Amino acid sequence: MSHLLALLFAPGFFQSEEVMNALLLGGVVAAISGVIGVFVVIRGQAFAGHAMGDFGGAGAAGAFLAGINTLWGFLAFGVLAAIGVEFLGNRARERDLATGIILAVALGVEALFLYFDTHFTGKVGAPMLILFGSIFVVAPSTVSIVTGLTIASAVTICLIYRPLLLSSIDPELARARGVPVRVISLAFIILLAVVVEEGSLIIGALLSTALLIGPAAAALRLTHKMGWAVLWSVVLGIMAMWIGIVLAYDSFQWPPGGHGWPVSFFVSVLILLFYFLVRLRGKLPKLGITMSRRAMQDA
Amino acid sequence: MRSIAFKEDNPILSLQDIWVRLGERCVLKNVNIQAYPGEFIGLIGANGAGKSTLLRVILGLLSPSQGSVHVFGRPARKGDRLIGYVPQKVFLDPNTPLRGRDLVALGLDGHRWGIPLPGKQRQKRVDEILEAVDAGRYADSPVGRLSGGEQQRLLIAQALLTDPQLLLLDEPLSNLDIKSAYEVVRLVSRIGHERGVAVILVAHDMNPLLQVMDRVLYLADGNAAMGRVEDIFRNDVLTKLYGYAVEVLHVNGRILVVGGRDSEADGRLLSMETHCCGAGDIA
Repeated sequence: MSHLLALLFAPGFFQSEEVMNALLLGGVVAAISGVIGVFVVIRGQAFAGHAMGDFGGAGAAGAFLAGINTLWGFLAFGVLAAIGVEFLGNRARERDLATGIILAVALGVEALFLYFDTHFTGKVGAPMLILFGSIFVVAPSTVSIVTGLTIASAVTICLIYRPLLLSSIDPELARARGVPVRVISLAFIILLAVVVEEGSLIIGALLSTALLIGPAAAALRLTHKMGWAVLWSVVLGIMAMWIGIVLAYDSFQWPPGGHGWPVSFFVSVLILLFYFLVRLRGKLPKLGITMSRRAMQDA
Repeated sequence: MRSIAFKEDNPILSLQDIWVRLGERCVLKNVNIQAYPGEFIGLIGANGAGKSTLLRVILGLLSPSQGSVHVFGRPARKGDRLIGYVPQKVFLDPNTPLRGRDLVALGLDGHRWGIPLPGKQRQKRVDEILEAVDAGRYADSPVGRLSGGEQQRLLIAQALLTDPQLLLLDEPLSNLDIKSAYEVVRLVSRIGHERGVAVILVAHDMNPLLQVMDRVLYLADGNAAMGRVEDIFRNDVLTKLYGYAVEVLHVNGRILVVGGRDSEADGRLLSMETHCCGAGDIA
């Protein structure tokens, strides 16, 4: 048993301050992403969620150039773009178009800033940090900022939980019941931006969407109760994140050696794996029945 | 049981001289309506006739360009708990994480802040209403997997939880097969009688409602006519309403409205349009 544990957790895992920071940060962000993700899937805003990462990426690349904490770059651009998308597009279709248009501009700006980053600051790792995350090198002070933001987001989502659910099911019904649907919708998209940008900081602008959508989509296939869906989504997200961190730490000893593999790789593969397992769980028994039926017919 | 008693001569709903203009278009033109406690009104009209707009005016979601709307003697306002509302075409994804009872419970407190806390009282209210609409069997099934008729019952239950005196249903029969449509109509009619609730049910086909409706409110191109079925479904009334010749056919107890053969229509149509958006009509 202890042999197995030693194999799983490479030496120094529990002593490393970076690893402990990463576990805390990853756990916190995976949890809030899981909660918000369930609403994103119900509201059909997966595309907006994905685009939010790249909006923020442009800001982070700019912040890197200016020598500011990239978190502020992620947050500033993410939240501004989210507000822009919300006001440009009223209906779902319009919103997707507005998101697509802003996304294209954001990617263009991001490309330019990343080019400047590598050539002016001399740090060739900048694109890697921004696009694929920097969970092991986040400063402890940033960890507390992210934790604070996450607590604020969690409080907000609890506060707007019911009107948000009602307006996600049917906006017109919510309006008739006196829910300020526009305000709720704006509050949610800002919340979404904050949470996606937190994810972008740790697993990268390109992959934060995996943490947002994957666990939630899997959770919605496991249960049809809202509370349980949120809980499953959180649990799956944290599991993917923590196992991903363990494997990334182990991978320091893997080829090519000296550098660990990106955490984002492990997290996204694990989330995909969870999702497939959940889908298979529904399929397998049915498959078994049809196969046995066929066998009986053949016999 | 009922919180407010209404006199029979006191309308619970009164629309006077309602005009609604959206952009260049006149959606409702001089609509006058009174509705009384417990009556069943069928709101009939083709697509784009202004039916949903009229409901939005009653719900306080849309202010008319002109005219006054009174619900229970007060100006219409959003979130009136005395109005129950069943919206048009609620799309529920198969993976929506709500059971039947969760959808219904949203009708009780979905507009409130915070997270719903389970309580005996809350559950009892929901169970009672599920019983009343005969939806107990699928109360614990995921809503996205239920049939259109079953979802419609849950949405009606949702609308009843606040003990409304007026129930507005926007096209509850569209997307339903004939049998489910008749069941929903019977259910709404029964609930209306049992609870003394006035019902306005929007439909584009009047036939499923012929047995149950007390009065019909017919909308054609923003013009309204209201009265008993036999007083509205007449060639002269509907021809005047549409602004061109239509004929009302009675076939085996059913009613069909078809374009007429007479063609003095164009002149009248023109005069109607001028009347609607003419200068000075709308301040």
